[in-house]
Amino acid sequence: MPVVMDADRMGRTLMRIAHEILERNAAPGGVDELALVGIRTRGVPLARRIAQIIREINQHEVPTGMLDITLYRDDLMRHAVGPQPLVRRTEIPFSIDDKRILLVDDVLYTGRTIRAALDALIDFGRPKAIQLIVLVDRGHRELPIKADYVGKNLPTSSSQSVQVHLMEIDGRDEVEIEP
Amino acid sequence: MKKDLLGIGDLSAEEIHLILDTAEAMREIGQRPIKKVPTLRGKTVVNLFYEPSTRTRTSFEIAEKRLSADTLNIAVATSSVMKGETLVDTAMNIDAMAPDMIVLRHPSSGACHLLSRICQSPIINAGDGLHEHPTQALLDAFTIREHKQRIEGLKVVIVGDLMHSRVLRSNMLLLTKLGAELWVSGPPTLVPVGIERLGVRVSTSVDAAVEGADVIMMLRIQHERMQTAFVPSLREYYNLFGMTAARVAHAKPDVIIMHPGPMNRGVEIASDVADGPYSVILEQVANGVAVRMAVLYLLAGGAEEAD
Repeated sequence: MPVVMDADRMGRTLMRIAHEILERNAAPGGVDELALVGIRTRGVPLARRIAQIIREINQHEVPTGMLDITLYRDDLMRHAVGPQPLVRRTEIPFSIDDKRILLVDDVLYTGRTIRAALDALIDFGRPKAIQLIVLVDRGHRELPIKADYVGKNLPTSSSQSVQVHLMEIDGRDEVEIEP
Repeated sequence: MKKDLLGIGDLSAEEIHLILDTAEAMREIGQRPIKKVPTLRGKTVVNLFYEPSTRTRTSFEIAEKRLSADTLNIAVATSSVMKGETLVDTAMNIDAMAPDMIVLRHPSSGACHLLSRICQSPIINAGDGLHEHPTQALLDAFTIREHKQRIEGLKVVIVGDLMHSRVLRSNMLLLTKLGAELWVSGPPTLVPVGIERLGVRVSTSVDAAVEGADVIMMLRIQHERMQTAFVPSLREYYNLFGMTAARVAHAKPDVIIMHPGPMNRGVEIASDVADGPYSVILEQVANGVAVRMAVLYLLAGGAEEAD
């Protein structure tokens, strides 16, 4: 399977994204308003890593949470039979009111996950802004959604599959594309 | 999951764990400022209650509303049942209006099984006669798991009116399925014959049963289901079987005390125990909402094709 991003490249990509975040939120007090929310499963370790990099750069602690979007999916209950997708816990241990939320996911594809995540976030309060971070944007959007920070733009055909592997979950850092 | 939730007897250990894990996620929704998710939007759930109920009916209704289902409560006292309509006719009429789920509580054992054969809608058993009360056992297991991080290998003691308790039956099936060491205790007149064949140990001495227990679950003396005198007096019952602080002292220091409610204070449980530091009785009630949300969510997906 062709590897389109290796561990070294992934590390540098996340570093670049962290610097971009700080640059874009450089206004006085801007960093204090930031909070990271990772979308389960693989958005969560990515959000933690970005928080860690920001901590190393300027000793600032960005609050980090995790979001499970299953109960907000638009394809639930569309089939008369079949087991329900597994619901896992959402943990946002801070108020999102008046925060600038950095929503993190591994792959941006149709945009439907992000639509669900936006609905879920709004149920927790009224953030000042929501920005989207993705490691890979593979195109084929079905909704008007665009990422603010992109690790890598990856042209794909819809028959291909993009797999993000992360050390915390899969034991290695790698992005692969399956033909 | 299957089409209906009729009893713990139909569930595998994996399915029980799936429900409890899902409930774990559902509980967080109850802690949000906006306690609602859109998951069951456009689904209609009918709560059909042939017996009085505060906790279970409220709990189901809150769970349904938190998942955005449209809910409808039918209290039998104000329905056509009063004009002589049978359960089957009432159920067929409700089913004809195509609700997405029916939650049924009924004084006859097997009422839910009967409806599951007649109705297209999934049936959730909210207590049928002396048979089962599966969501109660699931919320009990959830509460135990939360405090003890496991169920396997725990010593659980259930004390009280074993004869008339559907809570006991569901808990017995669930706890033995998940590997707990289960003891039951009660007056001999209220111990069903042959109960030990279901994998539980019986003791008519509460003190002996409670010795070293991790969990004590008290059952209510069900006056309304007793046609004859099973106990000479409630005072005597309290003296012999009531859970007092002195009896709790025989259990493990980190024991938890449970009660499915409604409690008869001073009959099966002393007030200082019910309100004491070991009591998780109100946590059970809180967890009931999360567990019922999990059951509603999982059943809404319909039966697996393999079934």
